[in-house]
Amino acid sequence: MEIILFVIAGALSLAGGVGVVAARKLVHSALSLLLVLGSLAVLYLTLAAEFVAVLQIILYAGAIVVLFLFVIMLVLPRVSARLASSDAGSLRPIAFVFGGALAAILAFGALRGMRQMTPQALPAGFGSVESIGRSLFTEFVLPFQIASLLLLIGIITAVVLGKAPSRS
Amino acid sequence: MANAWGIVAEAVVKSLLLSALVLTATAYVTLLERRLLGRLQIRIGPDRVGPGGLLQPLADAIKLITKEDFIPAGADRFVYLICPVLVMAMAVFVWAVIPIGPSLDLFGTTIPLYVADVNVAILLILGASSLSVYGFILGGWSSNSKYSLLGGLRSSAQIISYELTLALAVIAVIMLARSLSLVRIVEAQRDGWFILRQPLAFLLFFVAAFAETNRSPFDLPEAEQELIAGYQTEYGGFKFGMFYVAEYLAIITQSALVTTLFLGGWHGPLLPGVVWFALKTLLFVCVFVWVRATLPRVRYDQLMGLGWKVLIPLGLVNIVISALLLI
Repeated sequence: MEIILFVIAGALSLAGGVGVVAARKLVHSALSLLLVLGSLAVLYLTLAAEFVAVLQIILYAGAIVVLFLFVIMLVLPRVSARLASSDAGSLRPIAFVFGGALAAILAFGALRGMRQMTPQALPAGFGSVESIGRSLFTEFVLPFQIASLLLLIGIITAVVLGKAPSRS
Repeated sequence: MANAWGIVAEAVVKSLLLSALVLTATAYVTLLERRLLGRLQIRIGPDRVGPGGLLQPLADAIKLITKEDFIPAGADRFVYLICPVLVMAMAVFVWAVIPIGPSLDLFGTTIPLYVADVNVAILLILGASSLSVYGFILGGWSSNSKYSLLGGLRSSAQIISYELTLALAVIAVIMLARSLSLVRIVEAQRDGWFILRQPLAFLLFFVAAFAETNRSPFDLPEAEQELIAGYQTEYGGFKFGMFYVAEYLAIITQSALVTTLFLGGWHGPLLPGVVWFALKTLLFVCVFVWVRATLPRVRYDQLMGLGWKVLIPLGLVNIVISALLLI
């Protein structure tokens, strides 16, 4: 059962990943990204991490990609037309080098992880809201606070940028 | 293994029954709205098809299905076609986690009246509603029409803004019930409905529910005078029908959620739980219609001002107060 789900969700996320870079229209790229994020949520579900899966949907699919779409539709209609007609050929070798390097690092890490890991039974309540909340507020309290500080800075920046320029 | 298939079979049967139930209910909510709106405006409303107009939804559905299936010129075909499907699927999907009654004893087995008791149920509902935003925004974009695009953008901005209020109201309920599962939230209200302990959260949720469903007085995405019909302007036939079904189903869903979160769900004396659940939900559906007949539409800046400057601060204050009271 898990294997079937994994194969389907994995194939879909790969297809989505290809779609992100191969799509001609920016909106289609954003939709492909949505497919990637959605299939990742399914993978989280098969890993018994329900809370993370739902958060993945709400935050990434529900908020971040929607913002991408807003920007694409409102700010970029002309830019995206120019992008579609422009020749990205000069960037292609660089993209291949960095993409290949990233793929090599990920493959190396995954292979090493597979050799070292032994499957273990999940502790009770794994992936539940309670256990994640508990570890956020005890074990990972410092990163958690730093992240919230970062978000606060982001909010203040958005307010400052969004304010109408003063007349003085 | 046989047990696993049994669980799957039970879920499939329940899902089919539930989908049939909520879609029929949706059809009759459209009739209810037209008749009730008629009464409120001192006219009769549709009463010609069938006894008392009871076959009107069927006639409407046949009309929509047999209409010409067109796609506007310059539309993004794939996106244009998938949007109504997505919106309707998300509207039906959330019913999987809403408990519509206590467990039923049938043929010696206990059958719970919900499809799934997920421990993140309420987040699942919020997530589904944030996914249906894509249907609106992309439906508007892919139609290749300025009215649709503006309507789609308005609709998604509105839904995203008011979802925050909705979530803040829900957090207050979660703090009382100490669970995200709707089944547990209903259980927790056995001795007292949350509307008594969280009146402000109830009010916030209720106001945000109107905005979430794009209903009057917050029906700006469909403001006829400015935008024709908003994101659904270029949709016709049953593709329009799917948007329409999703909209009315969302009204029932929000009413059911208010019932579940604040009015004790299926709890009630004498009558069976399912009847109580249906009655409470129906009450709120009628309030939705009543409000539409009563209040004029607000302006867009008023809508955003209300959401960001009044409701969200109130929601945050409410959470702080509830937390202090709970400690």
